[in-house]
Amino acid sequence: MILRAVLGLAMLVVATVAAPGLRAQAPEAPIQHLLQEHGEIIAKSSRRTIGPAIEALATSGLPEAQVVLERWQAKEMWFHEETGLFVFAEEVDRSTIKIFDIADGSEIGDVPDDDYKQLKPNSGIRGLIGGALVQFQLSDPNPRNRMRALNAIERRPEAGHLAALRGAMEGEDNPAIAARKARLERLLTMEFDESEEARIAAIEGFAGDLGVDVRAVLNRMVATRRGAAAEAPEGADIARLLTPGSEDLSLADAYGLLVSAELAAPRISRDAKRAALVANIENGSVAGIEVATLGSEGARDLAYAALAEAGVVEPVATEAQVAEALEAHVFFERYVAAPPGVAQAAQVALGAIELRLGLNEAADLALDALSLASIYFLAAIGLAITFGVMRVINMAHGEFIMMGAYTGYVVQLFVSDYTLSILIALPLAFLVTFGAGVAMERLVIRWLYHRPLETLLATFGISIALQQLAKNIFGTQARPLTAPGWLDGSLVFNDVVSISYIRIAIFVLALLFLALFLFVMNRTRLGLEVRAVTQNPRMAASMGINPDRINMLTFGFGSGIAGIAGVAIGLYAKVTSEMGQDYIVQSFMTVVVGGVGNIWGTLLGASLVGLLQKGIEWMNPSNTLAAQTYMILFIILFIQFRPRGIIALKGRAAEA
Amino acid sequence: MSKTLVTTVAAGALLATAIPAMAQDASCPIKVGVLHSLSGTMAISETTLKDTMEMLIAQQNEAGGLLGCELEAVVVDPASDWPLFAEKARELLTVQEVDVIFGSWTSVSRKSVLPVLEELNGLMFYPVQYEGEESSKNVFYTGAAPNQQAIPATDYFLDELGVEKFALLGTDYVYPRTTNNILESYLQDKGIAAEDIFVNYTPFGHSDWSKIVADVVALGADGKKVGVISTINGDANVGFYKELAAAGISADDIPVVAFSVGEEELSGLDTSNLVGHLAAWNYFQSADTAENEAWVAAWKERMGEERVTNDPMEAHYIGFNMWVNAATAAGSTDVDAVRTAMYGQEFPNLTGGTAVMLPNHHLAKPVLIGEIQEDGQFDIISQTDEVPGDAWTDFLPESAVLVSDWQELECGMFNTQTETCVQIKSNY
Amino acid sequence: MSDLAIGAAPRRPFVARHPSVLIFLALLALFTLGVTILAEGFGIGVISTSFVKTLGKTLCLCLVALAMDLVWGYTGILSLGHMAFFGLGGYAIGMWLMYARTELIVIESLSAAPLPPTPDEIRDGIANQIFGVVGASELPPIWAVAHSLPLQLAAVVLVPGLLALVFGWLAFRSRVTGVYLSILTQAMTLGLALWLFQNDSGLRGNNGLSGLQNLPGLGGVPQSTVSMWFFWGSALALGLGYVLCAWVVSGKFGSVIRAIRDDEARVRFLGYPVEAFKLFIFTLSAVIAGIAGALYYPQAGIINPAEVAPIASIYLAVWVAIGGRGRLYGAVIGAALVSLLSTWFTGGQAPDLDLGFYRIQWVDWWTVLLGLSFVAVTLFAPKGIGGLIDLITERRPPDRHGADLGPEPGALREQEADAK
Repeated sequence: MILRAVLGLAMLVVATVAAPGLRAQAPEAPIQHLLQEHGEIIAKSSRRTIGPAIEALATSGLPEAQVVLERWQAKEMWFHEETGLFVFAEEVDRSTIKIFDIADGSEIGDVPDDDYKQLKPNSGIRGLIGGALVQFQLSDPNPRNRMRALNAIERRPEAGHLAALRGAMEGEDNPAIAARKARLERLLTMEFDESEEARIAAIEGFAGDLGVDVRAVLNRMVATRRGAAAEAPEGADIARLLTPGSEDLSLADAYGLLVSAELAAPRISRDAKRAALVANIENGSVAGIEVATLGSEGARDLAYAALAEAGVVEPVATEAQVAEALEAHVFFERYVAAPPGVAQAAQVALGAIELRLGLNEAADLALDALSLASIYFLAAIGLAITFGVMRVINMAHGEFIMMGAYTGYVVQLFVSDYTLSILIALPLAFLVTFGAGVAMERLVIRWLYHRPLETLLATFGISIALQQLAKNIFGTQARPLTAPGWLDGSLVFNDVVSISYIRIAIFVLALLFLALFLFVMNRTRLGLEVRAVTQNPRMAASMGINPDRINMLTFGFGSGIAGIAGVAIGLYAKVTSEMGQDYIVQSFMTVVVGGVGNIWGTLLGASLVGLLQKGIEWMNPSNTLAAQTYMILFIILFIQFRPRGIIALKGRAAEA
Repeated sequence: MSKTLVTTVAAGALLATAIPAMAQDASCPIKVGVLHSLSGTMAISETTLKDTMEMLIAQQNEAGGLLGCELEAVVVDPASDWPLFAEKARELLTVQEVDVIFGSWTSVSRKSVLPVLEELNGLMFYPVQYEGEESSKNVFYTGAAPNQQAIPATDYFLDELGVEKFALLGTDYVYPRTTNNILESYLQDKGIAAEDIFVNYTPFGHSDWSKIVADVVALGADGKKVGVISTINGDANVGFYKELAAAGISADDIPVVAFSVGEEELSGLDTSNLVGHLAAWNYFQSADTAENEAWVAAWKERMGEERVTNDPMEAHYIGFNMWVNAATAAGSTDVDAVRTAMYGQEFPNLTGGTAVMLPNHHLAKPVLIGEIQEDGQFDIISQTDEVPGDAWTDFLPESAVLVSDWQELECGMFNTQTETCVQIKSNY
Repeated sequence: MSDLAIGAAPRRPFVARHPSVLIFLALLALFTLGVTILAEGFGIGVISTSFVKTLGKTLCLCLVALAMDLVWGYTGILSLGHMAFFGLGGYAIGMWLMYARTELIVIESLSAAPLPPTPDEIRDGIANQIFGVVGASELPPIWAVAHSLPLQLAAVVLVPGLLALVFGWLAFRSRVTGVYLSILTQAMTLGLALWLFQNDSGLRGNNGLSGLQNLPGLGGVPQSTVSMWFFWGSALALGLGYVLCAWVVSGKFGSVIRAIRDDEARVRFLGYPVEAFKLFIFTLSAVIAGIAGALYYPQAGIINPAEVAPIASIYLAVWVAIGGRGRLYGAVIGAALVSLLSTWFTGGQAPDLDLGFYRIQWVDWWTVLLGLSFVAVTLFAPKGIGGLIDLITERRPPDRHGADLGPEPGALREQEADAK
């Protein structure tokens, strides 16, 4: 190491001579010296080996250590590839950097970056540096640095942090930070305090707390190891006894425990048995049995047994021996991470949290389901008008959703303020899709009012044309539609229950549209006329209503809502030319399941579909695709048995 | 840069001496088939590769062509329709009579083309990272095998980030399935308990991620550091990363490493909330070498300033240049001659170092891990030495005994335990 | 059918009453002969093997379009899920093709091993080869009979047939009709596609079944020959299917199903078991679709879940509508024309159209054109391309035999109504 430092010095002289315009760095500065001692591992930059270097810096007592650690963490430290000397640097452009001395931070000058290499500590190393910085930052005047220190402790709690944290609790003037410090102190006490009583008291202090951090510590403390023995072991550290063949311990695992404790002979796998047989083939036979007859497992077992008898191979346990061995031993779990008293207290605390946790998980699932239901409802509400009220099958409904989303994207291209752009995009999307809907009704649908199947096909033709058109204009890649900053993040009730603001916004939007729908249909002249026209167009016409106009407006209204739904869906998911396809079948299902012609039915349908999907996902969390499959299956069956949906219209209206 | 120059000059010199000898066995122009979807769902990824091939062929023609002939690109569109890949491949080989094909992206399209290639003894270069467990005499795999992407990334999680609990999230298709299978087996070898590995599969284009993200967060409740290995494909990533950002998950708490998210995919996203999450590839546009600078500049000049480069493009770049050099060395574009000349071919990577073609039809390439930055580019924080690609993974018991060696053993699926060749042709 | 014949004029032979059947069969035979002569396998080699495969596949699509015409054009059930049956037929035959081929490979490779293989080892070997690629190594129960060609051939007919029977029975029993039924059938095919997409369902998920063009044990036969075998098979199936469909829609049975299409309630009031008729047609067409699929996929070489996605079934309806529904040759014309045009346009062979200000590349614009032409056909030419043939035939004097059907003079006569 010293040799390297000396070499570095010599190189530096060369470098200084080569670049006379630059002021020399100070290689003799103690901090540089210290870094040079660990130069190799710092340059290697691996979490596994970096420990000593950080340790040395942290404990060096040098005043510059904190700054060096901080800037290293921020990827601002570079080193000269030949001399190995460290500098701070800022990139000026692609090939030039401005370097600074690490000892006093003074500027040295602009140099080409060819000779220098940036240190890029990965997030593991950054975490370690953060841990080392805790001692400096806990009482730092800058509250952001204090928060950073607390984050570092939280991510990587160590016994050493406890004293430092306790020392830094006094004189904390920021109430939020003080509260966090207090909580962290209790957590660290729980895990690291030397006195068992203090630990148990801390555990009890957290009774019923749902925090992931608390459960993390508790779970670490109740860690157990499995064991097997001939006699039931004594001792407070035995967590519980296990029965082989139960849910917690399969027979194979139990026997594995015995084998690894050398309490029983191993069993042999099929491959190993075959290998043993192959190894002992002599003159076309194994232990006197002809190879050609070994085409079944039974014959191979016999041959192996014969070999074992001859002492050529190790005998293996038979089924009976396995059963006997399992019978003769007891299996148990032993606390290994904490003294038994503490572990038991932790176990009790965890048990108490369990129930509340279950309730909260159910609440979170319900929120997710509600959110999904509101998305389906929003996607389907336009359809509830065009299909539910007018009985027009519009397969291009999904493409109207897509058009709305792309409208949002285009607006964001021109208006860079996200809040403003969304405020413009929502009405604009309505106008665009309203126009598209009216055009489609005038040009195509009105000729097909009495041929519903043909409407379906014609609108499908429009759907594929619109989709391809979107691809031609915007490309197939997903386009960004970014939510304004105030919709970032999520509403957190506790560490289990939370929901993102964007989903809440969609929920609110869905409610608004429900209200709007009800208002328009039941409280306005338009709604009255719409209902009149759908119930009996001739009668309505003779009352002075123009059915053509009403149909056009209604269809436009339904399409316009689809456009707004598109903006909302684009905000939370993605904007692609195929996004409409993701919603069209589900939307029709929602309307049909709920019962055509009734907005409350659509609401119920959406809730049912959302709840069901989340419920199935919860039962089978590893396969979301299965959830969708079973949901479709359920809907098919549901419609078979209740063809008119949950809320079925009765009487004449049903026949319309 | 200078190295490329030397190679080109050397190739040119070789060419000049070789022209008279081979004028009879190479018919001009030499046709290069490009089998990438230009329409349908895969068009977005594959069109870029078609453009790459056209650029490479144009560059080669400027540099004097090959064996004294001009190269001609024959572009067909299999339209993201998997049966159509087989049909178009047959058309390329029998009707257009191309000498080599560069093509395919998805595994299923490759599997569709395989029987045709093997029947007609064609030659294809496949440029995308894939799940391995395959070795065809007629395909050179210039993308990463699992041990060149998934395994090193997992090692990085284990060693550098200290991850103790894994969430393997993937789209439900063959690449994530096989990769996750290998990873599960690998992690258990490394001492991670089976219950500390959470696996989830979602459909293509999935958008409702709240439950899954909540599940991942909940994994942290037993005090172990959680990491996510994502094989989520295509635009489903948009929703996933949005939900991740909304849940406020920082890369320091739960790092996510993705195998299918590159510069192209990030262009559909606002990455400010994703800074620090990771991706593993053999190439990033941000690689700091002279070759890469020239490559990126040439690409942007041809295609526009806003276009980005990505890993499969580099795979085609290496594959095409190796093919050119192999054909030059063989003095012919005959498939068997080129194939023999391919083994041991070396070509400089855009990320530094040299790629070598191995007898198992895979490349030895370095593995890079990058952190997402605000500008949608990746900051390369780890770069390994060249890792030789492995057709059959060492981490599944059935595959561990298999090796592929087309040079010595002339077998793509050789069982080292029984010392027999399981099969010469693939079973698709 | 016989009760109708009583008291009527002596019936003329089936083909005489349906000249279109004879014309169609003659054209099909001519076409097959022509392709055989021109193709590589047994002829002069003007047509490439890949084009023979395209033509063979087109014949299969024509067959499934016939089935679609049967349910939609004649019975008025707009099923948007018939490609599900087509796909199931393909999967059924694909399982045998994969299994049998893999079995040969495994047995051959194990025969070199020092010990004779056990049945377990063979099965594990096959499972490993087929499922290794999707990360599994056990043969799912769904493959239980994959080793047997006769059983899988039976599955080609039975699986689509049973699914149609159960689905149809449930749906028709609940009187789900019209657009509701369309949406429901669409949900069915979507559900099937999603199920197939899952790896856990045991049919290799998104990868599907591949390498189907290689027939087990016939590795030495060149594809140019195999493609001709399948081409002939497809032509034969289409011919037989056409005759079967023509026979089904003729006579009294045909009248009843057309009546169901035109007014279901009235037919029910007349005492016909409408549901049974619909169920029969639905199931029959599913079986035809299954057979078409079983012939199609060995020519395509690969089947995967995307083939049964809802869009495929909607395209099927598009073909029939463009060709002209309610007439069998219309379905055939539509399927052949639109699918071949699609291949041509999306294949990049169609020349770009330069409008001066914009260059239309058909790869990008073909779908738009198709969608719009579909709207146009629905609006302006509900009879489709088949309607053109009416223009020719209606010039000829009508074929008036049998008694008047209605009271007014000039009403349709029995034979005439029968033939329509």
